[in-house]
Amino acid sequence: MGAIFAFPVPDTPFPARMNDPSADTYLLKLYVTGTSPRTRQAIENLQRICEQELRGRYKLEIIDVLEQPQAAEDDRILATPTLIKQLPLPLRRVIGDLSDKEKVLFGLEVRPVRNPDDNPRDR
Amino acid sequence: MTTENASEVPVRKISTGIATFDVIAKGGLPEHRTTLVSGTAGSGKTVFATQFLAAGIGEGANGVFVTFEESADDIRTNMRSFGWDLSKWEREGKLAFVDASPDPNTEVVESGPFDLGALLARVEHAVKKVNAKRVSVDSLGAVFSQFSDQSIVRRELFRISSALKAMGVTAMMTAERIADYGPVARLGVEEFIADNVIILRNVLDEENRRRTIEILKFRGTDHQKGEFPFTIVPHGGIVVIPLSAIELRQKSSDVRISSGNAELDEMCGGGFFRDSVILVSGATGTGKTLTVTQFLQGGADKGERCLLLAFEESREQLFRNARGWGSDFEQMERDGLLKVICNYPDLHGLEDWLLTIQRMITEFKPQRVALDSLSALERSGTSKAFREFVIGLTSFIKHEEITGLFTSTTPSLMGGSSITEAHISTLTDSIILLRYVEMFGEMKRGLTVLKMRGSEHDKRIREFNIDGTGMHLGRPFRNVTGILAGAPVHVSPAELERAWSGYESRADAHTPRDTATIDESQRIERRRP
Repeated sequence: MGAIFAFPVPDTPFPARMNDPSADTYLLKLYVTGTSPRTRQAIENLQRICEQELRGRYKLEIIDVLEQPQAAEDDRILATPTLIKQLPLPLRRVIGDLSDKEKVLFGLEVRPVRNPDDNPRDR
Repeated sequence: MTTENASEVPVRKISTGIATFDVIAKGGLPEHRTTLVSGTAGSGKTVFATQFLAAGIGEGANGVFVTFEESADDIRTNMRSFGWDLSKWEREGKLAFVDASPDPNTEVVESGPFDLGALLARVEHAVKKVNAKRVSVDSLGAVFSQFSDQSIVRRELFRISSALKAMGVTAMMTAERIADYGPVARLGVEEFIADNVIILRNVLDEENRRRTIEILKFRGTDHQKGEFPFTIVPHGGIVVIPLSAIELRQKSSDVRISSGNAELDEMCGGGFFRDSVILVSGATGTGKTLTVTQFLQGGADKGERCLLLAFEESREQLFRNARGWGSDFEQMERDGLLKVICNYPDLHGLEDWLLTIQRMITEFKPQRVALDSLSALERSGTSKAFREFVIGLTSFIKHEEITGLFTSTTPSLMGGSSITEAHISTLTDSIILLRYVEMFGEMKRGLTVLKMRGSEHDKRIREFNIDGTGMHLGRPFRNVTGILAGAPVHVSPAELERAWSGYESRADAHTPRDTATIDESQRIERRRP
């Protein structure tokens, strides 16, 4: 059973997978410290990447550690900004201002929908 | 509370929970400052960091433990064996963990610059939550291994340490060293973020592990210098053994107590001093254990409690020997006047022996302590550790104002001195030598009081016999020279007279016996260095 699903399923149309929330909705948390320039930078970078790659299939929660230190304690966050991909499993973390899109996608295990070279808007 | 800069507010110091460390630190750790504890793996950093918090909680100062290395759960478990119930303190709101240990199940990708704002927020939150006065951070090296950009970590640690200062807490940070002797730390931040530096060492020396603690730097305040041995004990944690720390304020008693042998008392000018330490040295079979037995019997006769620490003979042997000399150890034990501890010297390191003996003395409260023999203990550590052991033990005995009798075995049958004596003769108040003397094809035993600090004593070498009632001192050896050197030579009275003719005018009237008669044996004795 497991072996079957390990392979890509070619006859399932791509939009169908997009519409299945249980399989594809990305639950993201972004921990930031206050409203520093780096915080704004990280939020902007993340929103852009999500709109490009995960449009319509992500939920983003932004948490300020100065306001909710206990949440940072519970999630054992050290660095800010820290992006956590809670779903789909496995749990992944990306730290930094998320300026390196490839690393963010790698960290979130998202394969780009389109090749960035095809789309000049990505630059 | 000392300060080098009188114009500033004196640096207050707070207890580390290690009473003996507080002595060498002259009060403890400087308050409101950060102290770096640097040491190799296994040197006891985490124990020290926890003990520091435990001591605070014990006196109402709550704490925060920031762990970068072991998980909080591991620390809770590991520290239970020292008698510190961290979970209980957490429930009571006296302690908070900031668990910053790496999570092996989570992969982290770095994308762009970051800071450790979340860590700082968590530390501040924890400090506020339990109203902490003390913070332990263990260990700095581990935070570096969690991130690839070291310069960011370095900068952020500066920020955190200044934030700790702003919070007014007293902080202890630990850091790994690669070698026990070498640079203080390897990360390039430690010296800058800490006002004070303490080094823990765990050195392998002649097949023995030796732990030491050293205060390298206390900014603006005084401390004792050099390495001090310490040990880590269950239900207590780190125990430092301060040597120079023991102040020489021992009261000198002029109360005499009996050695258990009236003739020996007479030779010592009326007995041993109450708070003195006596060394009995001799080859095997010369009567050291007998001297110990008499010493204990002498105490028991006066209703004093005696503690015997025996490292050479079994309990059965000791008791049988004592019976042979007319002492009933069993009865003394039943009367609560004697406690005999027989053990293999190699069972513990010397540091542990010192603590064990101190604890037994504190519990049993004896007036007399005998240790048979020091030479057996000498083998369980390096010569430095042994010397420290003897210093620690003699100081403790004198501090308790009790009498200590130690024996030491000389390696050669005739004369000579043991290495033990060379190390400790200056530390003891009195030295009694027991020697074999070969005379006309017969082995005789000789005894002399070599040293009796603060008292007149008989300086002759006297023959003694041992029978079913113990030791009996006889006549001094006359016409024999070179006993102590191990090569007795018989000298005719005429030769002696010639040898000493030039010294007739010397002032030798300071032993009671000298005033009575001046005989050859006294002259021989005086020539001894």
